[in-house]
Amino acid sequence: MEFLLVQTLNGISYGLLLFMLSSGLTLVFSLMGVLNFAHASFYMLGAYFAYQVSTTIGFWPALAIAPVLVGAIGMLVERWGLRTVHRYGHVAELLFTFGLAYLIEEAVHLVWGRSSVEYRVPPDLDGPLFTIFTSQYPIYRGFMMLVSVAMLVSIWLVLTRTRIGLVIQAALTHPQTVEALGHNVPRVFMLVFGGGAALAGLAGVIGGNAFVTEPGMAAAVGPIIFVIVVVGGMGSLAGAFIASLLIGCMQTFAVSLDWSLAGITIAQAAPVLPYLLMVLLLIFRPKGLMGTREG
Amino acid sequence: MKDQPGRAGAPAIELREVYKSFGSTKIIQGVSLAIANGERHAIIGPNGAGKSTLYNLISGRFPVTSGTVLLNGEDITGLKPFEINRKGLSRSFQVTNIFHNMTVYENIRCGVLWSLGYRYSFWHRVNGLREVQRRAQEVMERIGLEKRRNVHAGVLTYAEQRALEIGVTIAGGAGAILLDEPTAGMSRSETARAVELVRSVTEGKTLIMVEHDMGVVFDLADRISVLVYGEIIATGKPEEIRANPAVQEAYLGALHKEAASA
Amino acid sequence: MTYQPLNLGRWILWGTTALVFIAAPQVFSSSFALTMMTQMGTMIIFALSYNMLLGQGGMLSFGHAVYSGLGAYITVHALNLVGKGALSIALPLLPLIGGLAGLAFGVLFGYVTTRRAGTTFALISLGVGEMVFACVLMFPGFFGGEAGVSTNRVVGQPFLGISFGPAIQVYYLVAAWCLACMAAMFALTQTPLGRMANAVRDNPERAEFVGYNTQHVRFLQLVLSSFFAGVSGALSCVNFEIVSSENVSAIRSGGVLLATFIGGVPFFFGPIVGAVVYIFFVVALSGFTKAWLLYLGLFFLMMVLYAPGGIASLILMQLPVIRARRFGELAWPYCLAAVAALVAMCGLIGIVEMVYRLSDVSGGTQMNLAGLGFDARSAPPWIAFGALLGAGLAALRYTTRLVDACWDAIQTDLLAKQP
Repeated sequence: MEFLLVQTLNGISYGLLLFMLSSGLTLVFSLMGVLNFAHASFYMLGAYFAYQVSTTIGFWPALAIAPVLVGAIGMLVERWGLRTVHRYGHVAELLFTFGLAYLIEEAVHLVWGRSSVEYRVPPDLDGPLFTIFTSQYPIYRGFMMLVSVAMLVSIWLVLTRTRIGLVIQAALTHPQTVEALGHNVPRVFMLVFGGGAALAGLAGVIGGNAFVTEPGMAAAVGPIIFVIVVVGGMGSLAGAFIASLLIGCMQTFAVSLDWSLAGITIAQAAPVLPYLLMVLLLIFRPKGLMGTREG
Repeated sequence: MKDQPGRAGAPAIELREVYKSFGSTKIIQGVSLAIANGERHAIIGPNGAGKSTLYNLISGRFPVTSGTVLLNGEDITGLKPFEINRKGLSRSFQVTNIFHNMTVYENIRCGVLWSLGYRYSFWHRVNGLREVQRRAQEVMERIGLEKRRNVHAGVLTYAEQRALEIGVTIAGGAGAILLDEPTAGMSRSETARAVELVRSVTEGKTLIMVEHDMGVVFDLADRISVLVYGEIIATGKPEEIRANPAVQEAYLGALHKEAASA
Repeated sequence: MTYQPLNLGRWILWGTTALVFIAAPQVFSSSFALTMMTQMGTMIIFALSYNMLLGQGGMLSFGHAVYSGLGAYITVHALNLVGKGALSIALPLLPLIGGLAGLAFGVLFGYVTTRRAGTTFALISLGVGEMVFACVLMFPGFFGGEAGVSTNRVVGQPFLGISFGPAIQVYYLVAAWCLACMAAMFALTQTPLGRMANAVRDNPERAEFVGYNTQHVRFLQLVLSSFFAGVSGALSCVNFEIVSSENVSAIRSGGVLLATFIGGVPFFFGPIVGAVVYIFFVVALSGFTKAWLLYLGLFFLMMVLYAPGGIASLILMQLPVIRARRFGELAWPYCLAAVAALVAMCGLIGIVEMVYRLSDVSGGTQMNLAGLGFDARSAPPWIAFGALLGAGLAALRYTTRLVDACWDAIQTDLLAKQP
């Protein structure tokens, strides 16, 4: 019971973090048709920027500065890169972001080295939040949930209460119509792409110290969020939400279970599970959980 | 070439109580229609009547909401486009839909390969297939593009592209042909040529065509159906349709008004 | 396009390629060159097989290493069985086993991946790649864990004095297979399936309405392509005598994508050029600098942005100009642009290498670049390289305009001369 409760909380906080990433990816995909392969790289950049800022002026400024920096980089990438390859089609855009992911990983190697950096949870947030039976639940996990939920609420407000939000919403339900608007809205594209990058950066700020900040983190989390997008159904925010929580909980539970099957424990099989889920889903429900579009 | 007579005496194409809705919008509301083998049938109707949707339902591009579609007496409801095509029904598109990066010859060849049984073959050399060449050559001559054989489809003139669209559609030798506005956007002389083309390539075949140009319709069609708001309000010979007061009210009248206001 | 029983130009081309393959080790005889050329051979097969997906079928795959890697694993076990005497098969035929293994896995995974097209296909191929990679680490019994499975290619009695011990014999084995695979893959582009794969790439909807199941076309194309990927995996297993999880990793999958794209996706010979350039980057450049991946990534991005047809398209674009004897006019602007690019590159390389030196805490800040010794912490080199980069970029901007103007003028003339 105690195990169940703690793991569920952990799973939800991890799932929410995954949703911070997959929501940005989905929004950008829905509006621009661009599948940003470098999305997880923005997550990594967020973590590294936060590390750099927090070593000089502290964690709280980093929480604000790092996402802004990442968002600015995202906008630059959209303005000077994506816009150029846009005329070659969606596959070219995917190739471009793939190359970008490659480049960002190497740049991180270049600047911060190949091993992990010491990006720690700030002392104010270090410690137990409450105790369930005998286990203590860390404050930072609670803080992560708080930030994710706050972010989700603000996205929801932006989507429903602002003009740009209405454009994005229209894109979610009627992609052709917004495509018809096409080149009249390059600024919206830039803002949305930058916004998506900033969200990933924010996820990096709070995820980097909860887990580990290293050059391999983008390559580790990237495939998972792509799986989430496929499982949830391409372009569906609700689907991405369900899939994020599902995979977050699944991963958290799997790594802590030691039931074994044919000599392999569930914990050992944990890395395969999301991909297996994706493959099974594609066989039985090719559109994804909440997907409406054909690929 | 590949006529597949189903049940003897069955209509070539038959629709029974076909409905189609997108969300809560009802586009096709109970269409029943039987088209005899070898008949040239035109579907007319004002914009937004659901003509293209009806095509998409017959050719398998969209699934029907309810109802049945039969080809030579065989139920083809819910089949995929390629399955329907293999059963002998081929269609063209209102917006030119060809392989723009390929030459005229290659376009036609794409339409020929399946019907000659080469399917997914990876053991035949495509340039060595005499039968395919002969058939593609024949189709190119019929559509009058044999001189443009090695020109890329993307750089053809609009009328040529429309002709190629028809060529790709008939290349497989299907017994039933659906043409979606074959003369759309053409000049008067181009239209006259296109009508002759349609007439000659559908000789002995079953044809359904959607058309806006009334001259073309009354010239080509054996029978005409009038589709208004997803329902067929009349079907009959051209002179019957011309004389039908309901049609004049619902459609021809509207057209006259349009013409008057333009 | 017409039927020609004997295409002379094509025979000359293939004959020359074969001659180059035979003569290359005589011209570049150092062991370093030999290693590099052997790797180029396997990479050419791999890149061509990848282009069966990306170039001919329009399928962007992020998991192609799955087929070459699993083919390599099956081959390494087969080779070990041969070594134990439990299996009797001649070494030159082993790539066939690798190919068949690749094909079998192509059938298995292709069934899932090719259900979708476009960007969704790309994501699914990535997921399947990650799944296989995780599985490889999960079953150390078969896959040998992190260390991998090693083998010895010298098995049985030498045949006609050929034991496949010396590197030169492996080179010729790879070269023979490479030539055969090139010919086979070219032949496949000329079949009904090959042509319909192009049709499905360009306009899947129309392909469905001429009777083709696009899913089935993609599936068959992927299965055939994974056969050749398996062959290349088997050859790399014979060459390196070890197969590890790296063989199925995302790094490999990304590598073949980079190589193919850099070479030129729209042309059959593009991936061949790409494989040669890529291996040159990997083997030669990695010896000089730790930042080689960064340079490779930058090069790739430049190609995506400015030359989506790859090196092959850049070469082919010049042909009509050369044929019209107008290339001379372009030579000067090209030279200027090349000089500008070189200056910018020097600046960039200097900065990148200095950053690397500073981030590397183990070494000092003293460094040596092309015979120049300086301290990476002092200001002058930063200013110098920064100035080089800035000046180079500015000059590049100006010179590319010159090239563009000259190019446009020639193209207008050529168009005007056309009937």
